[in-house]
Amino acid sequence: MVNMQSIPVTAIDSSMAGSTQNALPLLHEISHALNALRKTGEKTTIDLSALPLNSADKEQLFSTLGKGEVDATVTALGDTKIQETRYAGVWLVQYFSPQGNELATHIEITPTPNMLLTPPEDIQDAAAALADQISLTMQ
Amino acid sequence: MKDDLTLGERLQQQGISRRGFLKFCAATTSLMALPPSMMPVVAAALEQAKRPSVIWLSFQECTGCTESLTRSHAPTVENLIFDHISLDYHHTLQAAAGDAAEHAREAAMQENYGKYLLVVDGSIPLKEDGVYSTIAGISNLDMLKEVAAGAAAIVSVGTCAAYGGLPKANPNPTGAASVAEIIHDKPIVNIPGCPPIPTVITGVLTHYLTFGTLPELDELGRPKVFYGQSIHDRCYRRPFYERGQFAETFDDEGARKGWCLYKLGCKGPITYNACATAKWNEGTSFPIESGHGCIGCSEPNFWDKGGFYDALAKGTFSSAEGIAIAAGAGAAIGVASAMAGKARQNALDEK
Repeated sequence: MVNMQSIPVTAIDSSMAGSTQNALPLLHEISHALNALRKTGEKTTIDLSALPLNSADKEQLFSTLGKGEVDATVTALGDTKIQETRYAGVWLVQYFSPQGNELATHIEITPTPNMLLTPPEDIQDAAAALADQISLTMQ
Repeated sequence: MKDDLTLGERLQQQGISRRGFLKFCAATTSLMALPPSMMPVVAAALEQAKRPSVIWLSFQECTGCTESLTRSHAPTVENLIFDHISLDYHHTLQAAAGDAAEHAREAAMQENYGKYLLVVDGSIPLKEDGVYSTIAGISNLDMLKEVAAGAAAIVSVGTCAAYGGLPKANPNPTGAASVAEIIHDKPIVNIPGCPPIPTVITGVLTHYLTFGTLPELDELGRPKVFYGQSIHDRCYRRPFYERGQFAETFDDEGARKGWCLYKLGCKGPITYNACATAKWNEGTSFPIESGHGCIGCSEPNFWDKGGFYDALAKGTFSSAEGIAIAAGAGAAIGVASAMAGKARQNALDEK
């Protein structure tokens, strides 16, 4: 069989097409949302899969946002990776299926993404469960 | 399987946590191409969603649409949704055959009359009383009319059901027609594509499951959220188009470097679909990313719109070459009719 080198095709990454100039408007949107959060406490979520971003745009967006202090993984119905960006209050939330496929990617402008909060019903269930466990242990 | 669980109860039964449900809602909202601000509404609706009965009719088709759907790439979310739908009749997927299969359809219709969702793939042949395609001795036309009468809404999956598809290609030997050409008194949503993108099919079915309504449609009956933008507008090769960098043949420098395929017949600028963002094969790529232009498979009559490799400029506008051919043909017709006229004149003279 021929090897890959003998096939006269140059494999290129889609980023070589260059940016579609869609990252900058998105950064403006995030900046406006961050100001709204500061002034009124209004939270915003942006679904990236709904926007025409190529890999060059995504690279520009993610490298500008960078990495902040918090990096968390929630394991429920597959992994959800949550990363605070360099800009506090701006979070990158990536939802993956148990098979590792990306289901959705959100940018959340909020003090804490919802996925990190403990649902009130879970707190109720947990309180009861822990009490049960203690009484079992004491028997 | 008959039960009356809501989707929320079903997920709970399967041991899915509240955070898992939140994630499920995030993925589902994204799947339906709704803004994330709708998530709480989607969550509330999904929690209460009842199990709808779905009857799927396959007419003049190649089963590619079903193949596309059953290979959808977000199996967790989509399986959870499909576990919840009661697919009561589908030739290819159901275990029952022959009489038992037809009885399943009749039973589902009777039990859920006026409430079930009808999904159709394939076009319907109208010539010779529809003899070109029958199921259990019933013509596609009769079966469509019978099942549509009790449906709450109809989803036409694929370009065949939506617009007639390949069976309708010139000279349309079977008299193939779309669902909307036959049924006029039911809400119909078209999900064209040859085949359609699996996540778009599930997105529409999920919308119906969640809200009990069909999404907003464009003038061709397609959901605006998925068919609102052209392939060209969302193409990652668009910057090459803007810079005037085109592949001229499939093996030249430009083709190897991934330049714009417009001159090689790409129909991206006149094709409205979500391929460039939703992508295919588990989100791997879409045709243009593999080096082939878009053939416009989600547009009506795409097979009769000129060559797949003819640049749009050639097909839609009169290029010098196009005019030359038309002029040549015109001249030939002119000569022929002149000769016919002369022959007629001769015949008259002889009388």
